[in-house]
Amino acid sequence: MATEPLPLQKNAATAAEDVVPVAVSKDEGHPLVRFDKVVKRYGDHTVLDELDFTVERGEHVTLIGPSGSGKTTILRLLMTLERVSDGVIWINGEPLTHIRGQDGSLKPASEKHLRAARRKIGMVFQQFNLFPNMKVLQNITEAPVNVLGMDRDKAEARARELLELVGLSGKVDAHPSQLSGGQQQRVAIARALAMEPEILLLDEVTSALDPELVAGVLELLSDIARNTDITMLCVTHEMNFARDVSEKVLMFDAGRVVESGSPEKIFTDPSHERTREFLNAVL
Amino acid sequence: MTKDFDWGAVGDAFPLLLDGFWTTLLATVFGTLVAAVLGLAIAVAGRAPSRLVTVPVKAVMEFIRSTPLIVQLVGAAALFTSVEPLTVGIVVLGVHYATYTSEVYRAGIDAVPKGQWEACRALSLTPRRTWQAVILPQAVRNVVPALGNYAISMFKETPFLAVITVHEMVFQARDYGTKHFVYTEVFTLAGLIFLVASYPTSLLMRKLEKRLGH
Ligand SMILES: Nc1ncnc2c1ncn2[C@@H]1O[C@H](COP(=O)(O)OP(=O)(O)OP(=O)(O)O)[C@@H](O)[C@H]1O
Ligand SMILES: [Mg+2]
Repeated sequence: MATEPLPLQKNAATAAEDVVPVAVSKDEGHPLVRFDKVVKRYGDHTVLDELDFTVERGEHVTLIGPSGSGKTTILRLLMTLERVSDGVIWINGEPLTHIRGQDGSLKPASEKHLRAARRKIGMVFQQFNLFPNMKVLQNITEAPVNVLGMDRDKAEARARELLELVGLSGKVDAHPSQLSGGQQQRVAIARALAMEPEILLLDEVTSALDPELVAGVLELLSDIARNTDITMLCVTHEMNFARDVSEKVLMFDAGRVVESGSPEKIFTDPSHERTREFLNAVL
Repeated sequence: MTKDFDWGAVGDAFPLLLDGFWTTLLATVFGTLVAAVLGLAIAVAGRAPSRLVTVPVKAVMEFIRSTPLIVQLVGAAALFTSVEPLTVGIVVLGVHYATYTSEVYRAGIDAVPKGQWEACRALSLTPRRTWQAVILPQAVRNVVPALGNYAISMFKETPFLAVITVHEMVFQARDYGTKHFVYTEVFTLAGLIFLVASYPTSLLMRKLEKRLGH
């Protein structure tokens, strides 16, 4: 299963031409994601404090750090589920959180801008969040049909391919409630992939799973990482997964990047005491 | 007691009451429809991002809830003299009950987990699609039993329509009773008809609740 080429990218190119009218600019001069002095506050509590970091196109980045350090917040800001309190998030050189005015100044983005901007970004949640009122197939086709305007037959064919990819061909007509947690999460992954995201956000996607189901989902994600050019940001406590999948690990604490580097470097020879403490605690 | 009970009057009044009963049923069915649709609209409007929408909606709801149904009926009938009383009655009943059903919908909508909204956003679904395909189907499921109970209680309040000269069942009973001086008989009969109609409906509702897994 691991070596099979994924049907994903092959179709991604054609589908992008057919369906998404806005050409995706492949501007190599910019990092794909750039946090620029991003601040996030909840009331008086500053969760992210002038956070700066970048993610390059095609990179697979793992975010680690103690509970409450702001990892989820980072992904939620990127998914535009939350708004920044200050600073700007850039995607491919374009502001995600803001609109560029005629004079070049940045204004907070409207809902409409956000809806368009977030199309390139997909997210898989810890709790799956499948739509329980829809069968598996419709969970996957809903957005391609209604957001991308994809032809229903084509969307269904794609959905079936994706279900095969995640190992659930037999569950096309099942309801989410009839699936195990691991299967639900696979459907959620297929659903996110169906939108052909450039960036996939994964927030502790195996934490809600029974231990025996974790490995399968992680293997699937490794496959996706290897066989597609989707940029991935993962929050995980599975250090092996981080090592397998990502080229870069970002260690967060108190809303700032403590250090970043290859998994090898961070896990075996961290530069910071804080990282060492954290890794000792989780490993 | 049996000696005084005028069975003849019962037989005599029955067709009249039955006739009134259809009007009662009509008012209930359409009143419930209005309440179901309008209540939903109010609940969704209550979630609008703009206070320009939410504040007036709340004010009107407060007004309707804090005045008695009968006052609303008489007031509406006086305002809309050219409209057929039954229509006025249906609309007033529907609007009155919509202020309650909207609360039921609101609770149903609130019961949809936050993760569902977030999944919709993550997939870039439009607000319309979010409501239509994801939120409402889940919310309405929670709401159906409560709507049924409001329908039954509306059914029992239809006699108020007599005040604005709608010829529903109780209007007919009183009319017949006044003419023939047999109040006990016709009102007993009217009560029985209510019972016969609403008891099975309640049972049906309970079954439905069970089937929906409440
Ligand atoms: N909606 C919210 N309102 C108030 N505070 C919040 C909210 N969401 C998150 N926070 C706070 O922000 C901080 C960072 O939360 P976040 O969920 O990003 O941490 P995390 O690194 O993902 O932690 P964990 O590893 O436990 O998931 C925490 O202190 C949390 O209490
Ligand atoms: Mg978290």
